[in-house]
Amino acid sequence: MAKSAIVQGSPIKKSEWKKDFKRHKMLYLLSLPTLIFLIIFHYIPIYGIQLAFKDFFAMRGIWGSPWIGFENFERFFRSYYFWDLMKNTLGINIYELLVSFPAPIFLAILLNEVTKSKFKKSVQMVTYAPHFISTVVLVGIISIFMSQETGLINVLIKSLGFEPIPFLTSARWFKTIFVFSGIWQSVGWGSIIYMATLTGIDPQTVEAAIVDGATKLQRIWHISIPGIMPTATILLILKVGRIMGVGFEKVFLLQNPLNQSSSDVISTFVYRVGLVGADYSFAVSVGLFNSVINCIMLVAVNAISRRVSETSLW
Amino acid sequence: MSIVNKNPRISDKIFDICNYTFLSLVLVTFIYPLIFIISASISNPDMVFRGEVWLLPKDITWEGYQLILDYKDIWTGYRNSLLYVFVGVPFSMFLTFTAAYPLSRKDFKARNLIMYIYTFTMFFGGGLIPTYLLMRNLGLINNFACMVILPSAVGVYNIIVTRTYFQTNIPTELRDAAEIDGCNEITFFVRVVLPLSPPIIAVMGLFYAVGKWNIFFEALIYLTNRQLFPLQLILREIVTSARMNPELLEGMDPSVIEKLTRITNSIKYGVIIIASVPVLMAYPFLQRYFVKGIMVGAIKG
Repeated sequence: MAKSAIVQGSPIKKSEWKKDFKRHKMLYLLSLPTLIFLIIFHYIPIYGIQLAFKDFFAMRGIWGSPWIGFENFERFFRSYYFWDLMKNTLGINIYELLVSFPAPIFLAILLNEVTKSKFKKSVQMVTYAPHFISTVVLVGIISIFMSQETGLINVLIKSLGFEPIPFLTSARWFKTIFVFSGIWQSVGWGSIIYMATLTGIDPQTVEAAIVDGATKLQRIWHISIPGIMPTATILLILKVGRIMGVGFEKVFLLQNPLNQSSSDVISTFVYRVGLVGADYSFAVSVGLFNSVINCIMLVAVNAISRRVSETSLW
Repeated sequence: MSIVNKNPRISDKIFDICNYTFLSLVLVTFIYPLIFIISASISNPDMVFRGEVWLLPKDITWEGYQLILDYKDIWTGYRNSLLYVFVGVPFSMFLTFTAAYPLSRKDFKARNLIMYIYTFTMFFGGGLIPTYLLMRNLGLINNFACMVILPSAVGVYNIIVTRTYFQTNIPTELRDAAEIDGCNEITFFVRVVLPLSPPIIAVMGLFYAVGKWNIFFEALIYLTNRQLFPLQLILREIVTSARMNPELLEGMDPSVIEKLTRITNSIKYGVIIIASVPVLMAYPFLQRYFVKGIMVGAIKG
């Protein structure tokens, strides 16, 4: 991302801005709608974060409600569900980091070695499609295949003489179902960016390797994998920067009282406490805690990556 | 890779066999659920319930679709979702394209500053509750406009992709020529830039349309009036609630439960198909565009 150096106050700079404004009036005008939109819907809510340190009274509004310091945070850290929420939120993310993150890389590398372009195209077309399916439909499909009485997987298990497994209503299976259905939905789409990087590799390098007698596996190991490392690193940084974020929709839709001990994450908790329970300030403090950790992680991982691999976001 | 290895060694052969086998299996795991759901939607529900249908439809019946036709909520939801797409997508496209073009102009001094303002929102925001309170103060709860003017109506990532497309596909010489002819920026944007950009228009149109069609979370929190529910909310009641929330069924008359379960079982396959049809229909036509679109963004994101 580009760096901007805006120094205010110096008269030369000021007149430059004036000149630019005169020259590009129309460009400023074009930028205006989106700027206003983002300021209203993304910057103004930041003002509401102060609720995390306040006791919210609807009658008195955000500004008029009394300050209570860190009381909400203390309440959250001391509560019995705090560790469960942390364990689940981090657990799902680490599971995804280990299993879902490498999946598209793997798929892209394998697809890159396919020489029959028709086969390649059909694999791509079919694996991209689930990306466009809604979460509700995905969860519908999961429940169709996994349900205890009628799901095909359990029909198969029963026909082999085993006891059916209550996939949807057991805490033990929740994370696995969550992660693997996620792979099904996004592995194809996620592979596009790696495919693009792989096609960007200089064909001469590959040719030279073939002349030198490198096998396909050696070419993958020495050319393809190093070639996609920078892209993978950037995506990894972004992923770690969301280590505390779990998409709300799928968790919410897969959640039920029987698997809640393993499925309750911060986003569903904030929804339940804040919107359903109307305990606004408490929910804001939990959400703030979440995004602060995410920001710290993003900055930290980015710094580490810059040191180690010279690839970084900024 | 276009180079043909003259002496494919045994290890390469083995690799190829494994690779093709593995990818074929992948293909099957992606296509199979679709085939099964189509078959199940037109099979005798009792046979599906007993697990007798596993690939091809058995004892074909249109009962499920008949029930769907009579299910009023589904069609209200369908109508609402279509309306949200047709009004929401142009709104989102307007914001995205007007924002992207100035950012693509290297001689535009404010571009870095504006870029910062945009990208910051990708990493930090007020969060769920403050945004909800804002929407409530603006009177957008339970409002048709709410589904159009959502905080997510414009995606910063989409702006960046579109900007990159403009940067790489609109030659600066064109702009210079137009300037000499006395053409102003907005006329140039509308008359020259947009007509040169069908691929990115198609991609963004598809992204936003799919996003609006699939919208769930925001509809869940901002809408309580059933008349405004998009299809996904109705769908959720059908495909998940009864089966997965035993609590919902507590205290109900067993015969009612049985009837409900039976209806749910016969229609859940059909509604999944009906809800996915618009997206899956547009998909093959737009596929070549969106791969291009995402690649453009990937190269210089």
